[in-house]
Amino acid sequence: MMIDFDVGLRNLDLVMGCERRVVYDLVNVIQGEASLHQALIRDKRADDLFMLPASQTRDKDALTLEGVEQVIDALSLDFDYILCDSPAGIERGAQLAMYFADEAVLVTNPEVSSVRDTDRIIGLLQAKTRAAQNGGKIHEHLLLTRYNSQRVAEGEMLSLDDVQEILAVPLIGLIPESEAVLKASNKGIPVIHEEGTDAAIAYQDAVSRLLGETLPLRFAEPQKSGFFSRVFGGRK
Amino acid sequence: MRFKELFQRNEETSASAAKERLKIILSHERTLRGQPEFLPRLQQDILDVVKRYVAVSNDQVRVQMQESDRLSILEINVTFPEKHLSS
Ligand SMILES: Nc1ncnc2c1ncn2[C@@H]1O[C@H](COP(=O)(O)OP(=O)(O)OP(=O)(O)O)[C@@H](O)[C@H]1O
Ligand SMILES: [Mg+2]
Repeated sequence: MMIDFDVGLRNLDLVMGCERRVVYDLVNVIQGEASLHQALIRDKRADDLFMLPASQTRDKDALTLEGVEQVIDALSLDFDYILCDSPAGIERGAQLAMYFADEAVLVTNPEVSSVRDTDRIIGLLQAKTRAAQNGGKIHEHLLLTRYNSQRVAEGEMLSLDDVQEILAVPLIGLIPESEAVLKASNKGIPVIHEEGTDAAIAYQDAVSRLLGETLPLRFAEPQKSGFFSRVFGGRK
Repeated sequence: MRFKELFQRNEETSASAAKERLKIILSHERTLRGQPEFLPRLQQDILDVVKRYVAVSNDQVRVQMQESDRLSILEINVTFPEKHLSS
């Protein structure tokens, strides 16, 4: 189950390719204008996957803590995993997306602004969530994305080690910068379904780790150029 | 070691600059975490008052709030240069 918390700027529907099937949204459900059943959209590819879109018209104050809690409680009767896709920033939408979480996947780019923002979000996870307020702790995972190992080797990009040293959050996945991502979102197909592409492999690894598997890390080192590209001048 | 690294060694790369800057700003921001929003203004007000009596610089006045379950402690630290203590 996926919930888009980016109220005002709905976009998960477009990335998932179900934008034309959106009728009701999260705010409709919270305000009692539609039932959960009416608002859920079943994914075209994965049978057990549903999504609850964000509202485009209401402002973010239409989300209430009690409303979100009711929705999540109701969904957890039927679903094993509920993904709350957080909007950027540290405003209400982001705070509500994280509030009831057990685990957090911190999607970060190897860029100063992104790493700094992630650090602030970690601060919020450790203070302004139900788990934290009950004296517990949310399991944090780092998903480093748009990683270009070639530029890292050239000292032009923060490395995985740098980011981990700064943030001190265990790694769940490393996603390379990949042309497949834009191609997939153009078509409305989640990139994980573009089988064989680097990004799909990396996301599949991340999912497996989230489900408890231990896997070796890929895409951290630049590809060794093969015999042919060396001989025939595989220039970038 | 790769050939290129021989030349890169002592030269600061942009990635290492990024890392250093992040470390400094984040260690600062982490100390501010969980502090009430009025604290920077309170710190400035106290600094202004202290300055009327003693010549202190901005970093000699520290204001911090410590919260536990039952009480909050507002801690104000003013460090004077040694000679001011005797008078
Ligand atoms: N691994 C990647 N390689 C190349 N481009 C990527 C990669 N991951 C994301 N992008 C691009 O970065 C942009 C932002 O991606 P995405 O929407 O997933 O980020 P987001 O953090 O969820 O943004 P928002 O805050 O708007 O929700 C998109 O244009 C996407 O195509
Ligand atoms: Mg997003």
